[in-house]
Amino acid sequence: MTALLEKYEPVIGLEVHVQLLTQSKAFCGCSTRFGAPPNSQTCPVCLGLPGALPVLNRRAVELGVKASLALNCEVRGVSGFARKNYFYPDLPKGYQISQYDQPLAEHGWIDIREGGAPKRIGITRLHLEDDAGKSVHDGFGDSAKRSYVDLNRSGTPLAEIVTEPDMRGSNEAHEFLTRLKEILLYLEVSDCNMEEGSLRCDANVSVRLRGAEKLGTKAEVKNLNSFRFLKQALDYEIDRQIAVLESGGTIHQETRLWNTAEQRTIGMRSKEQAHDYRYFPEPDLAPLVVGDAWREEIRATIPELPEARRARFIASYGMTEYNAGVLTSSKAIAHYFEEAAKSSGDARAAANWVMGDVLGQLNTAGKTIEASPVSAPALGELLKLQSSGAISGKIAKHVFLKMFETGRGAREIVDSESLAQISDTAALEKIVAEVIAASPKQVEQYKGGKTTVIGFLVGQVMKATRGQANPAAVNELLRKALE
Amino acid sequence: MRITDKDVSYVADLAHLDLTAEERARFGAQLDSILGYVEQLNELDTSSVAPMAQVLTAQRENETLREDKLRPCLPVDVALANAPESGAGHFKVPKVIER
Repeated sequence: MTALLEKYEPVIGLEVHVQLLTQSKAFCGCSTRFGAPPNSQTCPVCLGLPGALPVLNRRAVELGVKASLALNCEVRGVSGFARKNYFYPDLPKGYQISQYDQPLAEHGWIDIREGGAPKRIGITRLHLEDDAGKSVHDGFGDSAKRSYVDLNRSGTPLAEIVTEPDMRGSNEAHEFLTRLKEILLYLEVSDCNMEEGSLRCDANVSVRLRGAEKLGTKAEVKNLNSFRFLKQALDYEIDRQIAVLESGGTIHQETRLWNTAEQRTIGMRSKEQAHDYRYFPEPDLAPLVVGDAWREEIRATIPELPEARRARFIASYGMTEYNAGVLTSSKAIAHYFEEAAKSSGDARAAANWVMGDVLGQLNTAGKTIEASPVSAPALGELLKLQSSGAISGKIAKHVFLKMFETGRGAREIVDSESLAQISDTAALEKIVAEVIAASPKQVEQYKGGKTTVIGFLVGQVMKATRGQANPAAVNELLRKALE
Repeated sequence: MRITDKDVSYVADLAHLDLTAEERARFGAQLDSILGYVEQLNELDTSSVAPMAQVLTAQRENETLREDKLRPCLPVDVALANAPESGAGHFKVPKVIER
């Protein structure tokens, strides 16, 4: 396949749907909460009952505008809604309310980094629309003959983000979606939970001979419900299209579903002109006006975004790009690190601890940083005990684990377990003398010029003090005693 | 007649309607007369008028929006009351296969 990938170039564009974090639905006051009993969050509007009228949720507009601005889009002063007509049992109105020829925002971009150089991926548009309900095809006694429909999700506000066909491989698509998700999470416009369907991704995939200008015929690949599936499905689809072309065939424009079990994309049975939605302007909604003042008010709520934060971490804490990437991978982690750095007064130590012990333990315990038993100020206290020499680095690790297990403070654990570092010279001198007496061979080697053997002797003292001796003090005392 | 049999079949197909030849002919003629009636509007010169789909012209941004507040939903049994078939809190429909 490698040789063929030198001959063909994949071209990918993504359509990403994100559920906006509102309390109520796009056009009615029903709750958007996930996981409620079926059909317990419906009303005449989202059931599509005759005569019910939609009224647009102001918060959904704000979140859409916020995302648009963060994605460098131009927000239209006046946008409009249209009806996208199609028939499916989980779409009770018989049409989806969406934005068609007047989307909320257009002409944006985000920069991604895939294999070194940054690359700009264009965002064609971001528009608002409402979601359909959920069809359940399996799991009931009569599932062979009946589909079950739950309309709790019907009318949930979505932002659809469409990219330009700017990605040239599954890695770039994966990287784009990672960056996009990171930005949306920082903005708090969506929880981007892929399992619950808050973030859904479809891809338009085509291949063309390298150097060709004209795009190949594309297939739309749906059902990419995790980052892993996205990559697998794109790789499969790219290989499939190349194989078709290589064997002299042609690609048909069609919709294909990624089948995880079979690890392949499968064409959906679709009629020739199934994609005629007969769009027309939604007569029940007024044009959506977002004036300059409101837009700028929303812009002011945009926090420092991940890319800017990475740059700042690199510049102000002198950390590597990799470390800055880890520490800004979520807003909560970045916040935790900055708080720990501030309270400990040692950003370098805080960075190492957060990336190592903190994230490691959280990962093992299956916890998020928001639920960490060790708060950022508590970690700061521990780091201060270490940097002041009150406890050794080894003891600090032990204390951290205890803090993680019990939620108690560092000082408290150190005091109750008498873990404070022994810097008392008289006490240490006695142990040093014992170690020297017990290690005649190493003492002889040292005196014979092999001074590195002192490491062994320090180790013996540390062992005798259960790691509580101050290593620097031990080193000095040993040298003095041996000379 | 501007509406052809093919046009009628196409729209009927989008609407998931199975029409007989007799119905296609009848509805074709009706559609044709409706469109012919509306077409009279083309006598007016609207080249300098922006298309309008709403009598509520956009003046201020807030007047047609609602606050993000919850309102009571229908009880499940009421929501399902009009369904020809329901069960386990769901609407039940004949088995659906993606078209």
